[in-house]
Amino acid sequence: MMDIRLEGIAHSYGVTEVLRDVSLDIDTGRIVCLVGPSGCGKSTLLRLIGGLERPSQGRVLQIGAPPEGCLNPLTYIFQDFALLPWRTVRGNVSLVLEDHGIRGRKAAPIIADVLARTRLSDFADALPKQLSGGMKQRVAIARALAVNPAVMLMDEPLSALDSQTRELLMDDLISLWTREPFTAVYVTHNLAEAVRLGHRVVVLSRRPGRIREIVEIGKPLAERGYADPDLDRVQQHLWSLMREEARAADEELIDV
Amino acid sequence: MSDARLETRPMREVRFRGGGFQPERRRWIGVAVFVLVIGLVEWGTRAGWISALTLPRPSEVLATFGELWESGLFFAHLVPSLTRLAVGAALGASVGIATGMLIGLFSYMRAALVPVIAAIFPIPKIALLPLFVIWFGIDEGSKYALIAFGTFTPTVVATYGAVDNVDRTLIRMGQSFGLSWLSIVRKIVLPGAMPGILSGLRISLAIAIILLVAAEMLGAQYGIGAYILEAGSLYDLERLFAGVVILSILGVLVSMTIGFMEQRLLGWRT
Ligand SMILES: Nc1ncnc2c1ncn2[C@@H]1O[C@H](COP(=O)(O)OP(=O)(O)OP(=O)(O)O)[C@@H](O)[C@H]1O
Ligand SMILES: [Mg+2]
Repeated sequence: MMDIRLEGIAHSYGVTEVLRDVSLDIDTGRIVCLVGPSGCGKSTLLRLIGGLERPSQGRVLQIGAPPEGCLNPLTYIFQDFALLPWRTVRGNVSLVLEDHGIRGRKAAPIIADVLARTRLSDFADALPKQLSGGMKQRVAIARALAVNPAVMLMDEPLSALDSQTRELLMDDLISLWTREPFTAVYVTHNLAEAVRLGHRVVVLSRRPGRIREIVEIGKPLAERGYADPDLDRVQQHLWSLMREEARAADEELIDV
Repeated sequence: MSDARLETRPMREVRFRGGGFQPERRRWIGVAVFVLVIGLVEWGTRAGWISALTLPRPSEVLATFGELWESGLFFAHLVPSLTRLAVGAALGASVGIATGMLIGLFSYMRAALVPVIAAIFPIPKIALLPLFVIWFGIDEGSKYALIAFGTFTPTVVATYGAVDNVDRTLIRMGQSFGLSWLSIVRKIVLPGAMPGILSGLRISLAIAIILLVAAEMLGAQYGIGAYILEAGSLYDLERLFAGVVILSILGVLVSMTIGFMEQRLLGWRT
């Protein structure tokens, strides 16, 4: 079991202060959604959590050991999929196993398993250019599952997709989670996504991003449906928190 | 329900204005252009509106070529030339790709080498031939060096440009999965730079063929370049053209080889 703790994270790019005093616990087996106005530092925070950047202040802590057989504890899923266009679906999954000495006969069952879980078994030999956007993101999810991550870091994974595909993929994520709960930090602009997938929703203020409020959603993921009235209420509340910030952030960009 | 037939306002089809800007395969056009130009020259020289002094008759060039073939001299000239081309270009291109990768990957290398490359790129390598002769001897060494040097610079420039253009999000992805530096270079940077490297190679190899003739100016008894230069000094236009045609065919073959490699290696491109 591995938890993540953020302690007093602050970050600046030159004179631009992006994050200020962010402290947060990310518990095993739960999905934390990060919402906030554009430019408030959500992607930056995610890069800090995954060790792709160093915070100017504060620490990111891993508490406890990652589970047995975990190859890459902190694993990203990117908005633009980040698939290698010259590798097939299978090759893209195998890429992240090769460096751990898992190839050929040893890799085959892992690849088959993750492709089956993301319903891609029939497309193992397709190149990314042959796939639709939703399928590409499922390949990226399969690739992330292959390294058996302790925490998945998702930066607007569905925002490059059309709304139907988004619904379908959200259902996929929910069924993946109900079958085998994973820990995730899920950045999104879309409050509907946040209330469908999040056990907690963290609302950030406009830049410099601070935690405005943390909303807990008790309803189990499997019971949440499309246009669920309970969730609508939470979504309303989130929007009321965000509206002012979003408007202010929107106007701020003009004088930057 | 409105009926289209009752429509009285003027009607016309929307004008098509899309299409184009997308290379398509037109296999035989290239051949047709060659046939047309050669046919025109043949006709002109026979009919007399092209004088024999301006251009040789294509059929006579072909006859010269036939003689060359039958005397066995064709291969005597072609083999050394191809060897020089292969050794020189392979040397220049591989060192060039390696240097370009270094420049693309390391900031210090970039700071140190980019000005050097910029300084040696515009030097006409032919001007350095005497120097190469002193350094590498009058034999094959100086010829390899000239061709290698000429292919090196354009390959370097194309390669580091290609490395710069590799999608950074793919590199971040590699890092986020904990891939080693070497794996990132081998599996992400190199394949990502391949399109740029190959199109650079197209130019470098054409330059290599140009330099082949220059390299054979000094101390070469056999070689297509030597053959052309000898014919040129005697104003033997038929032989001159026979040699030039061989060079052109070589150029087309090289270009076709790279086209084939692009098809094989870059099939993933959209
Ligand atoms: N590498 C960088 N160098 C300088 N400034 C940066 C860098 N990355 C991000 N920023 C700035 O930091 C701020 C926060 O960026 P970030 O991408 O984290 O925001 P975000 O919340 O993810 O925004 P969005 O909702 O648009 O994705 C922005 O103002 C951005 O311009
Ligand atoms: Mg972002």
